[in-house]
Amino acid sequence: MFKNFKHEKIETNAGLLLVLTMLAVSVGGLVEIAPLFFIKDTMEKVDGVRPYTPLEQRGRDIYIREGCYTCHSQMIRPFRDEQLRYGHYSLAAESKYDHPFQWGSKRTGPDLARVGGKYSNEWHVQHMINPKSVVPESVMPNYPWLMETKLDISDVGDRMRALRRVGVPYSSNQEELDRNIERFGEDMARMLHIPDAQKNLVKQAQEGNYDGDRSSVSEMDALVAYLQMLGTLVDFSKIDPEELVKFR
Amino acid sequence: MADTNPSQTHASGPQTTGHVWDGDLQEYNNPLPAWWTWTFYATIVFALVYWVVYPSWPVGKGFLPGIGKISYVNAEGEVESWHWNTRAKLLNEMQAAADAQKPYFDRIADLSYDQIAHDPELNSFVVSAGKVLFADNCAACHQAGGQGKIGSYPNLADDDWLYGGTFEEINETLNKGRRGYMPGYAEALAANEIDALAHYVLSLSGDSVDAAKAAEGKALFHSHKAACYYCHGDDGKGRKDIGSANLTDQVWLWADVPGAADIGTRAARVRQVIAGGLSRGVMPAWEGRLSPEQIKVLTVYVHELGGGQ
Ligand code: HEC
Ligand code: HEC
Ligand code: HEC
Repeated sequence: MFKNFKHEKIETNAGLLLVLTMLAVSVGGLVEIAPLFFIKDTMEKVDGVRPYTPLEQRGRDIYIREGCYTCHSQMIRPFRDEQLRYGHYSLAAESKYDHPFQWGSKRTGPDLARVGGKYSNEWHVQHMINPKSVVPESVMPNYPWLMETKLDISDVGDRMRALRRVGVPYSSNQEELDRNIERFGEDMARMLHIPDAQKNLVKQAQEGNYDGDRSSVSEMDALVAYLQMLGTLVDFSKIDPEELVKFR
Repeated sequence: MADTNPSQTHASGPQTTGHVWDGDLQEYNNPLPAWWTWTFYATIVFALVYWVVYPSWPVGKGFLPGIGKISYVNAEGEVESWHWNTRAKLLNEMQAAADAQKPYFDRIADLSYDQIAHDPELNSFVVSAGKVLFADNCAACHQAGGQGKIGSYPNLADDDWLYGGTFEEINETLNKGRRGYMPGYAEALAANEIDALAHYVLSLSGDSVDAAKAAEGKALFHSHKAACYYCHGDDGKGRKDIGSANLTDQVWLWADVPGAADIGTRAARVRQVIAGGLSRGVMPAWEGRLSPEQIKVLTVYVHELGGGQ
């Protein structure tokens, strides 16, 4: 059958070339992507990972809206220099509720995957309004309007419903709430209940007082709440590093 | 060229595809250069070797792990090895680096702060390692040289300490974090009382102020009504356990007194602190985020930055 075959036949036949090229590329894609759906574990089993609270989720929306990802990654790679500077390398499990994920690859500024708890709320507010006021050599832009703009919370429930559709376990009825209570504990589960989203958002902003002004909920409240929880969910002191090695 | 006959070229020159455009434009049909084809075959051989050594093909619910191995020390202290992967490689590298620095860190863990500071070799290790740690973790607040920022972050390069400047006190500050708190007096005291207190506070650090106001302020300072003395001490020198500022020195953190030219502005700045209170001073806790050895290195580094005690 191949005796009379000449490569020229493919090269001179655009339709055939197209079909065969697509075939070759999809074999590559299939071999790389398909196994991920069958391999037993792609997600480490670690405790602590939970969906974002309504306030944090709105902060995340602002992070995306302002394009922070154009300068900041959220993915600490398993290299020594990164681990020394930023902390433990990121796990797949830590971004399992991220839609879309913010791993990124451009680092004009530092990685933010574990920035939670590194600074105070006061520092973040000062830094967001004018980064040069605390880091004189910074090239990060000023975001003063975040402090002045009231957070739009009218659609937070809808946003959570949309995320629920793609698999984030926010609860919308008693049964789901009960399941979440088992998974995330009573207090957190109630935070993740869609019917109470607005109430919960305001409550967290009031208690956390992220922007130092309790009189209203600003976009700054939401963004700082988000930044302050980044990378803090998993307690790595309880994890044997060997377990993560053997996971791969 | 113009007069070259295409068919002549065909006969003597390289083979063509037989296409002719514009009468004389032809297409060569040369074989690929040898270096190119051999490089291509070499990449195929490379891929085969790669499959054998590194994790590669998916098989059922797993994958071929490859014969490459990385060894590391497990929790029981035994050497283990696992198929090559970046996490194993990282663990291996971290352990190798820890081994290389072990002589330093072991001595840092064992020796007292004083001994570390007086050992020239260890001291230079602390200064270089401390500098990097400080730049990554502390400089965003305390600034590159530790000089701080009036109104936000204390100067670590002077010999004035809110929470104490001994090695142990600095270590406690780093491990647990600090959060200074002073209530606001805007509602509890009248405006003229706050003004009197401001004048008294300024007089403590040697400013020449209205004597009558200062005397009234002094009485208030020690009264039950304002109870400043409770936190700042009878002498106004502050308490290290709660980080209440020493009000009798020239060092100011919250009220930018040194930056004000006249007594009116200075008093206004102190009044603002007394009326509004303070809870902005948050020093994060580093225990858990940095290793105990790193915190010890930073303790010595900070101690040497300023006049440690
Ligand atoms: C033009 C690039 C750029 C953009 C856009 C940008 N940043 Fe930055 N960011 C930087 C640089 C550079 C630094 C390091 C200097 C500094 O701390 O200001 C930084 C530092 C930071 C830090 C401190 C990190 C650390 O560990 O010290 C945080 C937090 C941060 N940025 C948050 C944000 C957020 C939130 C946004 C979006 C609202 C944002 N950045 C947008 C460049 C950028
Ligand atoms: C988010 C900003 C921030 C960061 C980051 C930070 N600090 Fe602080 N630090 C403060 C503030 C604010 C205070 C004063 C607390 C108070 O007023 O109660 C302080 C106090 C201190 C003190 C006590 C000073 C005294 O006079 O007693 C030391 C020592 C210190 N910091 C060292 C460090 C070191 C070392 C690091 C890095 C590992 C660091 N700080 C990182 C904000 C910060
Ligand atoms: C509950 C304890 C407490 C009481 C009561 C208190 N203070 Fe303070 N005060 C502090 C602490 C703590 C700080 C330092 C805060 C920090 O660094 O975060 C401080 C700081 C100050 C400062 C700023 C010093 C600087 O370096 O800028 C002034 C001024 C001051 N106090 C005056 C007063 C006066 C006057 C009163 C009485 C009306 C008073 N305080 C009552 C705890 C107290």
